[in-house]
Formats: sequence, structure tokens, C-alpha cells
Amino acid sequence: MGNKPPIPDMKELMESIKSGKIVDEVSKKVTESQVWTSSFRHGYADTPRNRVLQIASNVWLHLHPVKIHRHALRVKFTWCMGGITFLLFLSTVVTGVILMFYYRPVGEYAYFDMKYLQYDVPFGMVVRNMHRWAAHSMVITVWLHMFRVFLTGSYKPPREFNWVIGVFLVTFTLLLSFTGYLLPWDQLAMWAVTVGTNMARATPFLGSEGPFQEYVFGVSPRYDARSVLLGGSLVGPPALLRFYVLHCIFIPLVAGALMIVHFWRIRKDGGISGPL
Amino acid sequence: MAAPPKKATEAVPEKVHVWPYLVRLEFLCAIIVTVFLTVWSIVIDAPLEEAANPTKTPNPSKAPWYFLGLQDILVYFDPWFAGVVAPVLIIVGLMLIPYLDVNPKGNGYYTYTERKAAIWVYCFGFLVLWIALIIMGVFLRGPGWNLFMPWQYWDAHKVVALTNVDLPYALGFRSYNSQTIVGGIIIIGYFVVGTGIYMFMERKAMQSVGFLRMIIKIVLVLIMIGIVIKIVLRLGFNIKYVWVTPWFNI
Repeated sequence: MGNKPPIPDMKELMESIKSGKIVDEVSKKVTESQVWTSSFRHGYADTPRNRVLQIASNVWLHLHPVKIHRHALRVKFTWCMGGITFLLFLSTVVTGVILMFYYRPVGEYAYFDMKYLQYDVPFGMVVRNMHRWAAHSMVITVWLHMFRVFLTGSYKPPREFNWVIGVFLVTFTLLLSFTGYLLPWDQLAMWAVTVGTNMARATPFLGSEGPFQEYVFGVSPRYDARSVLLGGSLVGPPALLRFYVLHCIFIPLVAGALMIVHFWRIRKDGGISGPL
Repeated sequence: MAAPPKKATEAVPEKVHVWPYLVRLEFLCAIIVTVFLTVWSIVIDAPLEEAANPTKTPNPSKAPWYFLGLQDILVYFDPWFAGVVAPVLIIVGLMLIPYLDVNPKGNGYYTYTERKAAIWVYCFGFLVLWIALIIMGVFLRGPGWNLFMPWQYWDAHKVVALTNVDLPYALGFRSYNSQTIVGGIIIIGYFVVGTGIYMFMERKAMQSVGFLRMIIKIVLVLIMIGIVIKIVLRLGFNIKYVWVTPWFNI
């Protein structure tokens, strides 16, 4: 019975509040608690050790190395375009998931869900705008990133392989944008995708109107490169569903995986390029 | 910008901590981009036209803007090239760049003088064949995919006389077979002669660069130049095809 905590003296308590000592006491209690020490594994004071730990012990930040060359900070050199492309990708992921709550990729519903998003869903139009503009911007920034990497010769050894990954990522960026283009299911969407996918008809050997298709058994307007893409011989509801699945699941997963390789490779190849 | 000299500044350390120097830069950049995107999204609405209608084809029907360079090439080439082979060549060609360009200079800094040819080829492909054609496709192509200047009315009934002929015909060959043979000689001759001239002029580089690299490099460049030649032939001389065969036309 002798282990009872002492009842705080009112006078002492008032004194510690007035002098501000209570803040130190509470923060000491909190930062030494099991919950805190298990969550935050190092202090925040600006010491060299903490600067290292801030990167090395954080799952999101540890894509970075702990230290980089000074020249890698120069915006004149990097144009920031790779990072901006990734940020825009993340913006489309966030806004895209929100849109998926309201949008059904079905011929009868898709267009009316767009109208619903536009006029009835709180902030629906802003979310949709953000998704579309981020996607368009991403196409531009990824081109500029590629241009910068070319102009600085950053594809040269030892970074050849990462350039190849980058070309895949450019392609997937365009495909992401293109598959998303159909989803509003309006005239703009349907005919842009019709024009785009009509090209597949002319695929050599595998397209029903392509060169040498007569030498391949079974190629017809219903069974060729284009119909595989569309799930039919025209841009109809099956194409809408196909593009939706490609847009929301398949391409983002593949592109995401390639992004991880792309970023990891930057570190493995010795950080971003620079004068040796 | 010229290559910075090595160890220009001895006093400052060569390496810096990512936290805070890089992370704060990324954070600042992220804030600016996010603010920009938010304002843009509030101010300008994404387009939504009338519901999709497979029986009502708009004129012009345009692909998404980033593909309009390819769609514009359709004027000059058949779909198997403009829509399938050209995109594949672009992707494969881009991937091959690090393996074809063996010039060790210009790695990690901006330089024009140390790698003039590489910069020219890329800028030509990117800025002219890709970006300029996109701008043309977005702003200057109207109904019937006809050319309209920005101040001209998009007249859906504009009549453009189709007076194009094939190149062998223009050269005076009238029978189908002779046209096919002449066209084939022109196309194959273009590549053989082009490759031959390049190989002869760069024969000293054969040892260091390698035969296969040089062949792939020159063929890809010749295709790029060939696209421009075809555009000039069509716009300037009303040439439709150079080579007509039973299977494909170029």
C-alpha cells in the first residue's frame, strides 16, 4: 500500500504551469513512452547522425541515398522533371481512386456517371479536372525529363539499362493516358480511341488490313490485333471495360513496378549523372 | 553550358546530406506543382462532350493530342507504317540509343561541341518529327484533315483536288510491273547508297564502333530522313507512293 503515487501538491502544480516547466515534463514523459520510442526511432535535433537516420530509417525517404553530389541539387541541371512526373503520377493515383468510387465502366452508366461527377458529387468536377490535367502534364514532363537526360548524356555507361527502363515508362505513360481517354464515354473519347485503335488493323501479319495478313490463318476484322484490344470489332462497351481494367489495374501496376526499378537503379548506378 | 571544370571549388565539400538539402528542394517543388495543379483544376474544366454515338462521326476525328504527330504522318504513309511500324521503331530506336552512341564524352553535363551529331539527331526527331507535327495536328488540321491556317474558317466542304501520282509514274513508267521494279530500286537504292556513303566516310570508326552498330545507326537515321523526304515529295511534288507492291505501299 506504500506504492501509491503521491498526490500532486496544488501549489507545486500551479507553479510548474506558470513557469512552463510542465511542458518539458509532459514532453519528456511522451517522448520516453513506449509508443513514442517504437514509432520514432531517432531525435529531431539537427545533428549529422540524425540527418543520416532521417533518410535511412524512413521507408519513403530511403529511396534517396544519404548523401548526394552537390551538383545533383542544381535545378538548372535536373529541371526537376523526373520528380515532377512522379508527383503527377501520385496525384493521378489519388484522384483516380476517388473517381473510381463514382464511375462504372458500363456502356449504359459511364457517361451519366460523368455527368453525376460533374454536377452532383461534392468537388467531383475538381477531382476530375485534377486527374485529367495531371495526366496531360505528366505526358509533357516525362518528355522533358527524357529530353534533359538525353542532353546531359545521362544514358551513357553505367546508366544504359535505366534509360531502357525509362523508355518503357514513357510508353506506359502514353498508354495510361490513352486508355483513360476512353473512359468519359463521350464523343471526344470514343472517336479519339477509334482513330487510335484503327491503326492496329494495319499491323503487319496480325491486322485484318495489314500487309501480309493473307499469309496468316484466321485473321479477320473480328479476330486480329485490333479486336484483341477492343474486345470486338468496334469501340463499344467491351472496349470500355477492357480499357478500364488496363487503365486502373494492369498498366499502373506494371508502370509502378518499373518506377521502383527506375529509382532503385539511379542509386545503384551511382546517383544521378554528373561530371566525373 | 560548358562542362564545369573538375574540383572548381576545393573549400565546399563535394557531397551534401539529402536531409535537408535535397528533401527541402523536393518539398518546395511538390508544393509549387500542387498549387499550380489545384488552381488549374479550379479554373479550367476538363472537356465533356455529348454522349458517345457510334453513328455520328465527328469531322475531324482526332486521336489524343500526344499521338497527333503519328496521325499527321498518316497523310504521307499508309497506316501499317504510320500507326504500327513507326511507333515500334521510335520505341526500339530510343531504347537502342545508349548502345549505339559509344561516344564517351558528354556523360553527365551539357555539351554541344563534344557530341554534335547525337544532339542534332535527337533534337530533329523530338522537336521536328514529334513536337512540330503535334502542334500542326492540333492547331492546323481541320475537317477532312485538311490544312487550315489559324485565321481560316474550318470549312467542312473544302475541296482539295487529289492529283497525286506515284513516283515511278511521274518518272514516266506506265505499266504496273515496271513501276513496282522502279519503286523497289529507288527505295532499296536509297538505303544501300545511304549506308554505303556513311560506311565509306566513317570507315576509320569501323574498328572502334563496330559494323552492326553502324548499320543499325545509319538505317534508323535514313528512315528518319526518309520520312522528311516523303513529306517534301508529297507537299511539293504531289507524289503519293514511291513503291507500290501487291502487299504494301511506301
